[in-house]
Amino acid sequence: MLYREAGQFKTSYAADMAIFPIRQDRIGVIALLVFAFVGIPLLAHFQLWPLGSDYFLRAILIPFLILSLAAIGVNILVGYCGQISLGSGAFMAIGAYSAYKFGTGVHIPLEFLGTEISIAPLPMIVSILLGGLMAAIVGILFGIPSLRIKGLYLAVATLAAQFFFDWVFLRVKWFTNYAPSGSVAAPDFYFFGYLVNSPIERYLLCLVFVTIFALIAKNLVRGNIGRQWMAIRDMDIAAELMGIRPLYAKLTAFAVSSFIVGVAGALWAFIYLGAWEPLAFSIDRSLQLLFMVIIGGLGSILGSFLGAAFILILPIFLDQVPHALGVPVTVETVSHLVFIVTGALICYLLIVEPHGFARLWSIAKEKLRLWPFPY
Amino acid sequence: MLRKTLAFATAASAALSGAGIMLSAAPAMAQNEQFIPRLVYRTGAYAPNGIPFANGAADYITMLNERDGGIGGVKLVMEECETGYATDKGVECYERLKGKGPTGAAYFSPLSTGITFALTEKAPGDKIPLLTTGYGRSESRNGAVFAWNFIAVGSYWTAADIAIQHIAKEVGGMANLKGKKISLVYHDSPYGKEPIPALEARAKLNGFTFKAIPVTHPGVEQKSQWLGIRQDRPDYVLLWGWGVMNSTSIKEAAAVAYPRDKIIGVWWSGAEPDVIPAGDQATGYKALLLQHPAGKFGVHGDIEKHVYAKGQGVGKEQFGQVLYNRGLIDSLIGTEAIRTAQAKFGNKPLTGEQVRWGFENLNLTAARIKELGFEGMLAPIKFSCEDHQGADQGRVHQWDGKEWKIISDFYTADRKILDPMVAEQSAKYAAEKKITPRDCAKES
Repeated sequence: MLYREAGQFKTSYAADMAIFPIRQDRIGVIALLVFAFVGIPLLAHFQLWPLGSDYFLRAILIPFLILSLAAIGVNILVGYCGQISLGSGAFMAIGAYSAYKFGTGVHIPLEFLGTEISIAPLPMIVSILLGGLMAAIVGILFGIPSLRIKGLYLAVATLAAQFFFDWVFLRVKWFTNYAPSGSVAAPDFYFFGYLVNSPIERYLLCLVFVTIFALIAKNLVRGNIGRQWMAIRDMDIAAELMGIRPLYAKLTAFAVSSFIVGVAGALWAFIYLGAWEPLAFSIDRSLQLLFMVIIGGLGSILGSFLGAAFILILPIFLDQVPHALGVPVTVETVSHLVFIVTGALICYLLIVEPHGFARLWSIAKEKLRLWPFPY
Repeated sequence: MLRKTLAFATAASAALSGAGIMLSAAPAMAQNEQFIPRLVYRTGAYAPNGIPFANGAADYITMLNERDGGIGGVKLVMEECETGYATDKGVECYERLKGKGPTGAAYFSPLSTGITFALTEKAPGDKIPLLTTGYGRSESRNGAVFAWNFIAVGSYWTAADIAIQHIAKEVGGMANLKGKKISLVYHDSPYGKEPIPALEARAKLNGFTFKAIPVTHPGVEQKSQWLGIRQDRPDYVLLWGWGVMNSTSIKEAAAVAYPRDKIIGVWWSGAEPDVIPAGDQATGYKALLLQHPAGKFGVHGDIEKHVYAKGQGVGKEQFGQVLYNRGLIDSLIGTEAIRTAQAKFGNKPLTGEQVRWGFENLNLTAARIKELGFEGMLAPIKFSCEDHQGADQGRVHQWDGKEWKIISDFYTADRKILDPMVAEQSAKYAAEKKITPRDCAKES
């Protein structure tokens, strides 16, 4: 009853092509954004529930936003273009380490030429975007095999990227500025000369990144290029016969996806962890991102958020239930239970709805249209 | 369709109630309590080593509560959080626990070098000390730069130096090290890489050939590394492993017939879970001691009497084992820092900043250690503003197939070699993070 587009006439092309053609959706999204940009900072400022301590911001919202961003990147490649990738962790790592190098100053001695390349430390925002750019370049390189190999075989090829970059960042000391332990610490984060340090500032920074990139991604997948990706995904030979160049379509998907994943990696390292080692971007991270995308919904930007929320927040929540209820069980039992319950829920959800949360959401919307008078 | 609606409703209600429970999780706490957060790992590849340490640390705190009613009348409250040795989970646990209790967390003891690195960036902002007993960043000894890190009892550089001293003694003096080959088999993480600079410095000084051989996490696959060792035939192999990697190394060493008594593990590679899975093959294997051996000492009697006799405690199975005892020492240093701080700030729950003062002014003399029931486990240790390590000693013990036997006296790490490295690395860190080192002469 409330959710019904009857009477909403579209009288212009702009209205017809809006991201959210239904007014209720628009209002909902705007309300959500206002809450995220204004409501949460206000709650945090007045220390109101649930933001009385910075736990919710630091340990839930910030990682959720960053992983959502990474999931959007993976979704572009896997969900929209149909190229299975197990190398997302590596692209996050490239983003993180490149941003670290740009943020602390690049110095390449070229002794055989008697010269050297030196770049002074760049501002953090620039470093992060350059980190994304480096990831995009590497993504294109590792995307080239996708022109010849498909499906699971491609997954194995991207797995090579994962292990190669794990190795590079462990072994090539230049990337870690010769830190003896191989662990690097993020430099202070200045945003146009202003130190971004408090959890709310960091949250807002992540939110800005996520909002902008989600908007870009949504528009890309609705446009010409997104349609090319989806055509390639659905049947590459047919797409080619229709005049879509697989080279261009696949490599742009790799580039855009790696760029977003790289930016997410830089944010993960700089904003969430603070100090990191290659293990933070191991194969586990790649699989985690892939699961987020599959459970959230392949080929859906909203699904990336829902999947990230499910994979990240559910275990944290389950972990705290017994303690909050005052049930005396050891952390050992709890963490085993978390594995069991999360695994069972994933199986259950995928059996009931193989298309993930995004599909559940759209079913819910269909039902709401008729509610309360279904026929 | 009904099923889908149900699925959706389940998911939605789970998410909603989730947000509710997670955020209302603030059990009422009495005011006269000191909160001690405990990051542990009782699951995963490193659980065999994580469990005894966690149990020892917990049992000591329980014992203080049962025997003395806490510290200075303030009851100690602890809560565990499972990290699984993963850095991101460790950060989440830290955020979850840091604000609990009337005054917040007293100190954190993460038992993971990776988590230590991440928390080193966060602790100064939250003003909570990090206690890393025998692990963590070696350069964090320099309290002027690393104001919140306490790398108590020994760093990996200390360990590397002691290991080389022991080898020198076995080969008949430092001069005989010249031309020898020493290889390091290490866990490929910040933990395993830490000793490399110290060993390289020693190699340069004493003229032996040093080779570092990495093993990827979690360390169950090391065939190629040990085949390389068979070809290379180093005179000694140092082992910097953790969890299941240690017993795998010993088994692989046996498979290539590398003599086990030429392998010296760091103190994290020298406990019961490291040798028992390797069975007879482990006989003769040596490891460093973080001062304390396995066995039962004065404090164990108190734990039996006040904890186990009352049906409490968690570590009965590992009672008196190496890592259990190390857990006791970890909690001893943390709680003694609280006690020291109480002497200045009064017998009440203290903030992290006050506990840090306690750490910096902690002075465990031999007499005090005896009084606490740790005689034979710990040599005197004294922190100060500049020195956040407090001790430089270690011993070597050997597994005879049934138990660990101490085979050496105390060695003292050569600070003439290590101090310049600490100064150099901490200055680099200070420059990178734009930290102005504290002037320790003005404080205290």
